[in-house]
Amino acid sequence: MRYAGGVDVGSTQTKAVVIDEARRIVGRALIMTGANVVTAAQEAFQAALDDGVVREADVGYVIGTGYGRYKVTFGNDQVTEISCHARGAAHLFPGTRTVLDMGGQDTKAIRVTDTGDVLDFCMNDKCAAGTGRFLQAASFALEIPLGELGGIAQQSTRPVKISTTCTVFAESEVLGWAAKGKKIEDILLGVHRSIAARSVALLRRVGVEERVTFTGGVARNVAMVAVLNELLGVPLQVGEDSHYMGALGAALFAMDRIVAGQAANVGAAS
Amino acid sequence: MIAEQEIVGRGAVEGARLMRDWFARLDAAAERKEPAAYVFVMGSLAEILRAFDMHLVFPEINSLQTAVRHVAHEYLGMAEDYGYSPDVCGYVKADVAMQLQGGKHSMGRLPKPALALATNACNTYVKWAEFWERYYKIPMVTLDIPGSRTAAGGAAPGTDAFESDRRYLEIQLRELITECERITGTRLDMDRLREVLDYTNRMAAAWKRVLELNRGRPALFNALVDGTVYLGVLNALRGTREGAEYFERLVEEMEYKAAHRLGTIQDEKYRLLFVGVPCYPIFRRFHEMFADQGGVFVASSYLWFAAGGLDLGFQYDLTRPIESLAEGVLVGVRHAGDAMLFHDQSLIEQVDQFGADGIVYHPVKSCRTVSTSLAGSRKAVMKARDIQCLFIESDMMDRRVVSEAQLKNRIDAFFEGLGSQRLRTIAATVTA
Repeated sequence: MRYAGGVDVGSTQTKAVVIDEARRIVGRALIMTGANVVTAAQEAFQAALDDGVVREADVGYVIGTGYGRYKVTFGNDQVTEISCHARGAAHLFPGTRTVLDMGGQDTKAIRVTDTGDVLDFCMNDKCAAGTGRFLQAASFALEIPLGELGGIAQQSTRPVKISTTCTVFAESEVLGWAAKGKKIEDILLGVHRSIAARSVALLRRVGVEERVTFTGGVARNVAMVAVLNELLGVPLQVGEDSHYMGALGAALFAMDRIVAGQAANVGAAS
Repeated sequence: MIAEQEIVGRGAVEGARLMRDWFARLDAAAERKEPAAYVFVMGSLAEILRAFDMHLVFPEINSLQTAVRHVAHEYLGMAEDYGYSPDVCGYVKADVAMQLQGGKHSMGRLPKPALALATNACNTYVKWAEFWERYYKIPMVTLDIPGSRTAAGGAAPGTDAFESDRRYLEIQLRELITECERITGTRLDMDRLREVLDYTNRMAAAWKRVLELNRGRPALFNALVDGTVYLGVLNALRGTREGAEYFERLVEEMEYKAAHRLGTIQDEKYRLLFVGVPCYPIFRRFHEMFADQGGVFVASSYLWFAAGGLDLGFQYDLTRPIESLAEGVLVGVRHAGDAMLFHDQSLIEQVDQFGADGIVYHPVKSCRTVSTSLAGSRKAVMKARDIQCLFIESDMMDRRVVSEAQLKNRIDAFFEGLGSQRLRTIAATVTA
């Protein structure tokens, strides 16, 4: 059995996926990226191998993706996370035509073909508003763990309006609303709505075509999914492995290279 | 018979030398305290000013030099300390900083202005020239050049509507001439004006030919890197013998390269169009991020909208110089302005003419004038042609908004898209 690996080194988290020849995920891992990007990539990949009980020697090809893709020193090649998220989304959710990837620092809207090739993409520029970083700022200001924000926000009945477009100032605005006595759930839903509105603007720039698949770490946030569904007017496709989508896409590209190599060898032999 | 090593790359080397010499002349003029006219690339009216032997200072060129030489931040910081907002055009701020330092800049010194000349081709020009007017207490002439706001450039020469606009501009040119006569104390020498116009005619004809030659495969020059050098000479030496001879030699170089199929890069994989102003703070690196992946910029909108109309090859009628000059300025500035408003139609034509595989849109924070319409243009072009379009925002001056890592990520994804599009095209051809 031959395996392929994908390692997605993001600004906040590093994800690794190992797939088999049937292109099924057999191992996955997620760790915090931290300061040492090279080590993070190695550790995440090793953890994914351990998770899948796969020997490193059985992995024929590894592709690095994400901002730290060139730091995947043991990898064979690099592909951008834009192409990888598109590929992963089209694989897990056939029929995907638009991908929204919301990570710790980037939000990407990607329009894809039926095979997951990128037709067009658009990203946030120069500013982390509309990304997971905005949620982190709220989490820090309100001293609520990141993973609990979505659940609390869903209890809101009267969301506040977050007007700032700056992630740094958002923290002050969140504290300002808290000082005015606004309920935490209303503040948090306001934060979610602010981020979602920016993401929807990105999606509209590339054109929203169904089906829309939501990927990246923030796809695990139930309130964000609900708000985006409401603003877009179409249900987003979200799966258990949505935050591994970049790494999965990288692994799929890696498996393509293995198959292409085998085909070339067969051709040469015949 | 010319040896290959003597002609290939000659334009870039000679262009750089001419620009250095031009800056040196300005430096010498500053030393001798000779006055200059401060003008802009769109509607410089170099022909009239040269006929009065006035030195021309192009603040846009001076400013971009600070970015190319990686010192722009020092100038921007000085202007911001003086009170200018970070959101104001970087070209303006770098120039203001130069003036605050008595004309010192990265290539020498600038002579002080005796005249500020602006047109309405850019909405910042007028306010910028007002700075010189007030700072130096000099006369300012603003030319109101009627735009057409139509894709076709409005009424064609020869029609009543065009003639009405031309006469309106001619009156303004005569007012400019009167002002120059007052400043210099000399009358306009009509023969000298004809001589200058003739040089511009030769430059325009040659520039048009150079642009056309790059439609062939492989591309003969990189419109972003080489094109910027050519554009500098085109503006700085407009209406001069040096400029005319330079561009005629450039045509000779490009025709030689075309005949011998000598491309600007060895492995031309993707032919690209560039839209906007270059990213000068990382000028070389920005180019490499494309060239390393086999991308070559075959054309650039910068080479038309900042060419002062010379890309059209317009020929002045030397038998009626002032009338014809008004016609040429009207056609040229109107073309540049309309090109910004109707990018999509010009670009679609260029996609076909140049056989382009992709378009790179580069809106800049500094300039809303050239950037605002780009998003709409991109949508329209993608609707009209099955072509990959990259949209990357940074700046032509301010390195604080230039993130190389972010740019590289987007550029890499763009090439991945170009690669998969090419495979799809091949697959479709095989299937058919």
